[in-house]
Amino acid sequence: MKNLPMPTGKDIRHALLTGLWFMFLTFPLLVIKVDPAEQSVTWRWANLVWVGGVSAAVALACRLLAAYRAARVERLRRLPDQTAPQPKLPLLFRPERLLPLGTLAMLFFLAFPLVFSTYQVNIMTTALMYVILGLGLNIVVGFAGLLDLGYVAFYAVGAYTYGLLHLHFNLGFWIALPIGGLLGALFGILLGFPVLRLRGDYLAIVTLGFGEIIRLVLENWGAFSQGPSGIADIPRPGLFGLDMTLDQSLVYQYYLTVAMALATVFVVNRLRHSRIGRAWFALREDEIACQAMGIDKTAIKLTAFALGAAWAGMAGVLFAAKTTFINPASFTFLESAIILCIVVLGGMGSIAGVVLAALILMLLPEYLRALAEYRMLVFGAVLVVMMIVRPRGLMSPPRQTYSPSR
Amino acid sequence: MEYFLELLFSGLTRGAIYALIALGYTMVYGIIGLINFAHGEMYMIGAFTALIVSSVLSIYGLPLPAILVLAALAAAIWAGAYGFTVERLAYRPLRDAPRLAPLISAIGMSIFLQNYVLLAQTSDFVPFPSLVPEFAFLEPYGAIVDSSGLTILAVSTLVMTALTLLIKFTRTGKAMRATAQDRKMALLVGINVDRIISLTFVTGSALAAVGGLLIASHIGQINFAIGFIAGIKAFTAAVLGGIGSIPGAVLGSFVLGLTEAFATGYVSSDYEDVFAFSLLVLILIFRPAGLLGKAATEKV
Repeated sequence: MKNLPMPTGKDIRHALLTGLWFMFLTFPLLVIKVDPAEQSVTWRWANLVWVGGVSAAVALACRLLAAYRAARVERLRRLPDQTAPQPKLPLLFRPERLLPLGTLAMLFFLAFPLVFSTYQVNIMTTALMYVILGLGLNIVVGFAGLLDLGYVAFYAVGAYTYGLLHLHFNLGFWIALPIGGLLGALFGILLGFPVLRLRGDYLAIVTLGFGEIIRLVLENWGAFSQGPSGIADIPRPGLFGLDMTLDQSLVYQYYLTVAMALATVFVVNRLRHSRIGRAWFALREDEIACQAMGIDKTAIKLTAFALGAAWAGMAGVLFAAKTTFINPASFTFLESAIILCIVVLGGMGSIAGVVLAALILMLLPEYLRALAEYRMLVFGAVLVVMMIVRPRGLMSPPRQTYSPSR
Repeated sequence: MEYFLELLFSGLTRGAIYALIALGYTMVYGIIGLINFAHGEMYMIGAFTALIVSSVLSIYGLPLPAILVLAALAAAIWAGAYGFTVERLAYRPLRDAPRLAPLISAIGMSIFLQNYVLLAQTSDFVPFPSLVPEFAFLEPYGAIVDSSGLTILAVSTLVMTALTLLIKFTRTGKAMRATAQDRKMALLVGINVDRIISLTFVTGSALAAVGGLLIASHIGQINFAIGFIAGIKAFTAAVLGGIGSIPGAVLGSFVLGLTEAFATGYVSSDYEDVFAFSLLVLILIFRPAGLLGKAATEKV
């Protein structure tokens, strides 16, 4: 970075004030620690110095960066023979690179278990499940523009479908998978009906409530779901009755998840360009105009809920088979929030973006384990910073155009 | 009959607490249209600040009423400061971004603040001292009414009245209403919109902090995660009443509080939250804009 602006007196004063403000802000919680049993107070003054110093430094850096950016925009604007500078997408995000990059990614995923340990494979399997979940929610939120904060309910429905079918009827994974998807879709329609008339944030809170209701029922209706103790000993998916060691079955499950994720990408991509997909986009952009075009609003809202939920149901079956143990604690609102973060961070409606965001958000906490207890703190901060830096998500898809003659 | 009265009272107490939190939600929503998911954390931070301040003061041997007042003041000031800072850092840069971006930023902030308190203080439940003195005149009704519950009701009525007066009759209140109605227009008539938005966050957070202090002293223990469920409930209450409407938030909170109290008292305490959310779904089916919300007619 050349032409880095020097900090002026004003910048330094701003940084100092920011530091002081944060020292004031964090004073009670970060400095004082009371032991109520012994009636003693510990004063941790060192924390105060840290907070002041770090926040002042960060504030200064942010201001300098902003000044540098402003100066660069000004310079570009003054260049002769140039209309407004076109912001260029970073190399990775250009649409024409999708095919070679996709192939590379495919090879990477296929070779992954050969190179890395079972532990890593396991983490990657989880991340890929979130790819499926993210793509499923992307149908509802990204394509149709219906804000759903209770998506995890359908995930729970899928997981419990497999758990209960195994428990009561001793059914296997391959039968549970389609049933889980179907039941997920059914619950999606069940949720869809009452909320057809709601819009925006009213919809959001009702879906949130629906998610909580499902979790609470699973937790409290012990006779049906075995309550908080959950269902244990769910078998992993089988392959024509072959006997597999634990490692082999984990790797098998990994490939299964890769296949599922690929199938999801394929189907969702086809859906996007289908008649229903275009109807979803129309609904997202303007509900009234969409109706005026003769689109049956009820039908396509319900299809969005049903199709989105179906993927969550199948992902739930996968989840139950992977962890072999399920209980309601796995299906809290935080899960819904994280899946929603995947969709928004990826760029609403962008398939490649959602895949990338799912991998980043799921692998990030795993590789942040080095930070030990700070990892969730950093995770929260990363969400905020990423949103501020790229409010439209990693890849916001350009508006689809269709040429009349083909 | 006595049981009924006891439930009624406990429902009113709950409703009052929900109202203190829901007001912040509804004010912020009314002004910038954001579901502030970090709002529950303000309530939690208020409770923790009050705990710390009151413990330190009680070690220095101050009398109980003084501790209560100072702790409430400290909780309101610091929670207000956190509210201000969160808005500045996480929401203001996103004011013109797509609608969901600030929502995600709010979720991130909520995760951040919870873990911040976890690391700075503790992950365990900590006992919260009972800051409200026992009132002697309540003795005969001990089975129905307790003094901390009564304090909750009294304080929240006072605070809500003050807020209503502020919004209805002061210049600042007028500016708030104008900003909520039309931000751009408010800017054009010379209202410092940024300052009004900051002020809304500070007021909302301070109210939530007072609620946090009162309920913590009523229940007797807190931990870093209490903000989440309280926030969700208060948000439910705000939507129930019609989000963006201040009387709506209060009404919704009391409806929710009473429903929960009677449902737990007469049916089963396991399904307390299920009742709350089912009520929400039912009301929204018949009144899609909440109890007091106006259905917006859309011009094409």
